[in-house]
Amino acid sequence: MEKFELPDPFEGAREQCGYGKVEDQDDPVTMLLRLRDVRKTAKNTQTFQSGAQPGRIVVPSEVNIRSTRQIPFEVDPPMHRLYRDLLEDWFRRPEKDTYKAQLSDIISKLVQEAKSKAQVEIVNDIALKLQSRALTLLLNVPLEEAETWISWGTHVFRSEDNPVDGDKAKILYDYIDRQIEKALSNPGDDLYSILLNSEIEGKKLNKEEVKGVMILTFAGGRDTVINAVTNTLAYLSSNPKALPAIKEDPTMLNTAVEELVRYFSPLTHMGRVATEDTEVCEHAIKADSRVSLCWASANRDPKTFENPNTIDLERKLNPHVGFGFGIHKCLGATHARHVLRTLLSVLAEMDVKLKMVKGDSNIEDWGEFKRKVGYDRLEMKFS
Amino acid sequence: MKKVTYITQKEEAKTASASSGNLMELAIANNIEGIEGDCGGVCSCATCHIHLTPEDFETVGGPGEIEEEMLELEDNVSPYSRLACQVPISSLPEQITVKVAN
Ligand code: FES
Repeated sequence: MEKFELPDPFEGAREQCGYGKVEDQDDPVTMLLRLRDVRKTAKNTQTFQSGAQPGRIVVPSEVNIRSTRQIPFEVDPPMHRLYRDLLEDWFRRPEKDTYKAQLSDIISKLVQEAKSKAQVEIVNDIALKLQSRALTLLLNVPLEEAETWISWGTHVFRSEDNPVDGDKAKILYDYIDRQIEKALSNPGDDLYSILLNSEIEGKKLNKEEVKGVMILTFAGGRDTVINAVTNTLAYLSSNPKALPAIKEDPTMLNTAVEELVRYFSPLTHMGRVATEDTEVCEHAIKADSRVSLCWASANRDPKTFENPNTIDLERKLNPHVGFGFGIHKCLGATHARHVLRTLLSVLAEMDVKLKMVKGDSNIEDWGEFKRKVGYDRLEMKFS
Repeated sequence: MKKVTYITQKEEAKTASASSGNLMELAIANNIEGIEGDCGGVCSCATCHIHLTPEDFETVGGPGEIEEEMLELEDNVSPYSRLACQVPISSLPEQITVKVAN
């Protein structure tokens, strides 16, 4: 049995100085590695802004491939609050029973399908399909729409040799433009229509704003959910006792999902731009330079987490930042949590046994840090 | 059975009772506005922030280290702040009134 592990590449630097440096398209980034610093910086939205040039707080930077501002993610207070308030209720719909039942249906079908095959490739045949189909629920569009998104492959911005591929991103942008036009001429009860009909301070959202929310919804929940689902299956295959334990005690689902999100940290880090000369962790940060909040490192900080490199599905106190922290924390977190909970509970209910056959790791390259974030391909057997 | 009255930011009061669980779970079960309980009670989301009265804070006790670090960075924090998910019903007096912080 292959052991599942996502090693922590930040340990040394986190302990020694608390930060690391990454080069990125002539706009270097200081990665903050300690939980305390990450949290404090996330809260200090005055000095560390998100509302910089669109694409700049993302690492690698997307300034060369997009001009649309992602909303509310690239907006600072006070405007941020107005957008966020508009979206919160919609993004909490995954708590509703009908939503949960539909999600469970999508996942059960995929698991059945996997069981009927001799072997499956998890990334493309399970995780990508699951992510795409589940997203139709969040957008409230027909399930068939997922087929288009599945055809785009696992990365919206990334191709084999290019981490920020403008041509590929254009497919998504053009698609969203078309959907917005469709919703304008034929409004329904999907997210596009709802947004086009929303107002902030008496003014309707314009197309560019709607596009900004939609790009975020598509891009933010893509690789992250795919990695989380893939890693969950890989973890379960090397820990055959986990599913029976969950079946025995379903109250474990909550702590299990939080712990998996902590350990996987599906999004390694997210940037901010300093608005003034400042310092973090006794390190000078120049105005208009970038820092990043490294969720992946913070989530292994031994000052807070006992045995940080061990997955403990019953971890009771788990103040992880896997969904970010502060006002910009992940808007899709409720959806993502339910995707993972449902996945675990369906697998447990169906007494599924998983066997890893072969995995090609997906290693991110952040200068001195090489981080395994999941798999490019993962062959498994379901029984 | 312990009786808990939640006062929301809109000054609305709602009373609920329970004999087990914690103050976040009880709030969620009773749809108390301002308590979301996003992380399900593992102390990672702070969407269950409440204020106790000084006397109740004395009885119930203060936050542990991990909870305190979360509270430190919260808006509307008071010396009697707690995260509701970290307050077991069993630690409460027979009757208690708590204020929802957000
Ligand atoms: S429910 Fe998340 S911290 Fe209390």
